Amino acid sequence: MSINVTRRQFFKLGGAGLASSSLAMMGFAPEPAEASIRQFKLTHAKETRNTCTYCSVGCGILIYSKGDGSKNVEQNVFHIEGDPDHPVSRGSLCPKGAGLLDFVHSKGRLEYPQVREAGSSEWTRITWDDALNRIARHMKDDRDANFVQRTAQGETVNHWTTTGFLAASGSSNESGYITHKVVRNLGMVAFDNQARV
Amino acid sequence: MTNHWVDIRNANLILSMGGNSAEAHPVGFRWVTEAIEHNKAELITIDPRFTRTGAVAQDKAFIRTGTDIAFLGGLISYLIETDQIQREYVLNYTDAALIVREDYGFEDGLFSGYDEQTRSYEKESWMYEMGEDGFVRRDESLQDPRCVYQLLREHFARYTPDMVSSITGIPLDAIQRIWKKIAAMAVPDKTMTILYALGWTQHSIGSQIIRTAAMVQLLLGNMGMPGGGVNALRGHSNIQGLTDLGLLSQLLPGYMTLANAKEQDYDAYIDKRTKQPTVEGQVSYWKNYEKFHVSLMKSWYGDAANEGNNWCFDWLPKLERPLYDILDTFERMSKGELNGYFCQGFNPLASFPNRSKVTKALSSLKYLVVMDPLNTETSEFWKNYGEYNDVDSSQIDTEVFRLPTCCFAEDEGSIVNSARWLQWHWAAAPPPGDSRPDTRIMGELFLKLKQLYQDEGGVFADPILNLTWDYRIPADPKADELAREFNGRALEDLTDEQGNVTRRAGEQLAGFAELTSDGKTASGCWIFSGCWTEAGNQMANRDNSDPYGTGNTLGWAWAWPMNRRILYNRASADVEGRPWGPDKAFVWWDSEQGAWVGADVPDFPTNSAPSQGQMPFIMQPEGVGHLFAGQSMVDGPFPEHYEPFESPVPQNLLHPGKKKARNNPAARIFDADREDLGTPEEFPHAATTYRLTEHFHFWTKHAELNAIVQPQQFVEIGEALANEIGIAAGDWVKVSSKRGFIKAVAVVTKRLRPMMIGDQQVHHVGIPLHWGFTGVAKKGYLVNALTPFVGDANTQTPEYKSFTVRVEKA
Repeated sequence: MSINVTRRQFFKLGGAGLASSSLAMMGFAPEPAEASIRQFKLTHAKETRNTCTYCSVGCGILIYSKGDGSKNVEQNVFHIEGDPDHPVSRGSLCPKGAGLLDFVHSKGRLEYPQVREAGSSEWTRITWDDALNRIARHMKDDRDANFVQRTAQGETVNHWTTTGFLAASGSSNESGYITHKVVRNLGMVAFDNQARV
Repeated sequence: MTNHWVDIRNANLILSMGGNSAEAHPVGFRWVTEAIEHNKAELITIDPRFTRTGAVAQDKAFIRTGTDIAFLGGLISYLIETDQIQREYVLNYTDAALIVREDYGFEDGLFSGYDEQTRSYEKESWMYEMGEDGFVRRDESLQDPRCVYQLLREHFARYTPDMVSSITGIPLDAIQRIWKKIAAMAVPDKTMTILYALGWTQHSIGSQIIRTAAMVQLLLGNMGMPGGGVNALRGHSNIQGLTDLGLLSQLLPGYMTLANAKEQDYDAYIDKRTKQPTVEGQVSYWKNYEKFHVSLMKSWYGDAANEGNNWCFDWLPKLERPLYDILDTFERMSKGELNGYFCQGFNPLASFPNRSKVTKALSSLKYLVVMDPLNTETSEFWKNYGEYNDVDSSQIDTEVFRLPTCCFAEDEGSIVNSARWLQWHWAAAPPPGDSRPDTRIMGELFLKLKQLYQDEGGVFADPILNLTWDYRIPADPKADELAREFNGRALEDLTDEQGNVTRRAGEQLAGFAELTSDGKTASGCWIFSGCWTEAGNQMANRDNSDPYGTGNTLGWAWAWPMNRRILYNRASADVEGRPWGPDKAFVWWDSEQGAWVGADVPDFPTNSAPSQGQMPFIMQPEGVGHLFAGQSMVDGPFPEHYEPFESPVPQNLLHPGKKKARNNPAARIFDADREDLGTPEEFPHAATTYRLTEHFHFWTKHAELNAIVQPQQFVEIGEALANEIGIAAGDWVKVSSKRGFIKAVAVVTKRLRPMMIGDQQVHHVGIPLHWGFTGVAKKGYLVNALTPFVGDANTQTPEYKSFTVRVEKA
């Protein structure tokens, strides 16, 4: 199957956003036009291998970022596409994955720690240190007050049921492992991730 | 998945049920189309709706939501009664010939041992019968009325085509046509694969639906076969990994389990989990349980764990109830029994059932900590968003902390896809602002707590003060260090039986076969052992070659266990070790080499000759696949159809008049939530929630492109229902359940059609779930305002897929 699109029409289509990027991903883009655009955009970009963060097909992606590697220059992600070498996805992405760049740069991204005080209707910015100190204080106070070493029947249980934890199945194994190691060793049992639902 | 995405291309028939992969897993679905185009496969979909998957299927049927066991149970009966089973496979690789205890029984919809007070079963009788030799009794003729095969036959004899049709709403001719196509896969060299997703898990009978599918696959001889298997497509990118790592209330890493409060004795705890073979000579790999457990304890506690203190057995929390799952936790939270809660990349206000109960629960907390890249609804549950979140902030005293985290593009590590592949990824850029990786947040938080315990003392600080923490930068453990830790290493020199050193102290282990129970090895997750060896990071492997042409790319990433891509793949060969057919050659016995060879890493002892009689299902004490679940399920050793807790159909047609057997008798439901169930009179429409291809859960409404292509909340209703209640396409409708309501635009469609259930007409309402009150898409209602607070009897996964509503003009 092929669709004939001139280079000019292809640029015009580009204004339609995801619709055209899906078309491009499905192989409907005019090859010479596509190649010339890519070459222009991706020259001098840093290519990083990653995996799509959405569903668990695990499509391979290539993330392109700019920045010349200087110590005080940050890389900036400006393009994401499918990894053609990936044995499952072979370079394609679905309508979700085709929009990954907008997730990375979403207006909804949080940038600094905040607290909402009891009864308040707004957020206040705080430092990481303040946030983690206050959280650690809450945890220790609750744990020391409510940790159960033995049941009424005298059984050793060493658990803490009054603080719970939901872990993220969008995070890495390494993040999951350190989370489990910490949470379980505080004695928490009300502990689940999205696999529960 | 027992198999993997590319392997779908090897199937001769694809059954898609309880999922809509063309919509939700579009790139994985390419392998379905590959099978159709190049393997002449047929795709059959069975779904309440005409879905995108159904649109390209060669055959399809529409089923009433929540009745999948009826369809599959009828299929089992059909396969048995028409003798269309893979007989050699069933006889040798399943428990069909094993004898079940005399006192096991099933009557009026209840299995033996039911206790109505506790809504649970005493499972004593759900066992095989042991012979005098200490092994299970068997009958090779499959004629003994107490053998599994005959009990199975008797159990599902009630599931006649007429009965199945009246429960599911599928016309008789469609049932018979589809059963016939599936039965054709019983020949040794043809396979069907089954693809499912949340459309099977999110029911009060969800686990049993999946078991029924696995039983069908055993009868057809499709487990362990290329193009076969039971394949959970799964949702989040690392939901498999977090399950493998045991981040669930009752688990430890690698599917090990915490002790319950009654298990006070370490040896008894280990003995119970150490599965010795119950059929002579079988592998029964869980017999190594203590090696996995002790290696975990050494990984967590180092020198503090030793034989003298039972490897710190008492430092692990023990469970006083079967599960502290999210329903249990939010029930307790809503009663004020929790003080603190953490949401790491999780948005429970949007994703847990009965939103008003969730709001009440979160409002009763003293502190809530949200770690997320995005401003989730949960983090702002206290903030008034008009009709979309109608709360009074001044009345909510919860202190909420919001910590910005990195997203995938800014973090390094591995994630596990649904095919069990651990794929490594690298950071492409720093995160925005002051965001940090989860690993660093957990590291700093832990060190702050440890400091408090060192400075002030406190309750039971031993596991906190002794937790191993030898990371290069203690407050910021790096992904490579953590991956090496869960792979495992030798703590002392390891030696073979002759005393030769096989592994030097300090070296990374090559796999879990090296683990020991005497404290000489450490491994944080035994099933991941092999992912980061002395040869380096196997998860970063990038060779996509496929030397056998089976779609098996062993050089790409690394799969657990031990890079095996199809589980139980020894079953792809017959008893003599020969492939079942030339097209299905995958792993076979090579007598010259004296080894199992082929396209995959054998999921079997490499040098165990067929003449030794070891059977393929190496994790089971019998060495065979279980048609009879024994005591492993809480709600019965065989599946049984029960109605959803909210159903438009007033009784279980298999057990008319038997009130106890209308819904799953072993499913837990809290009193207040039972009061919150609607009646068919008040809420007559069957509802089901689902996802759209343009969106991922509640994340992509924050991404501009996705918000542009699918900006506004809608519900789907069929033309007949629309006519009945006077709704035109584009009208606003109000959808209500006993627990709440949403308002959305009506999409009136031919994709949903009324069904006849007995003499009753049932309409379905389709409710996509992606909207909320934060993000860049149009604001919408959280659909879990509608869903019931009851879960699957085994897993407590909420029944999001089957409940009842009333639709009316808004």
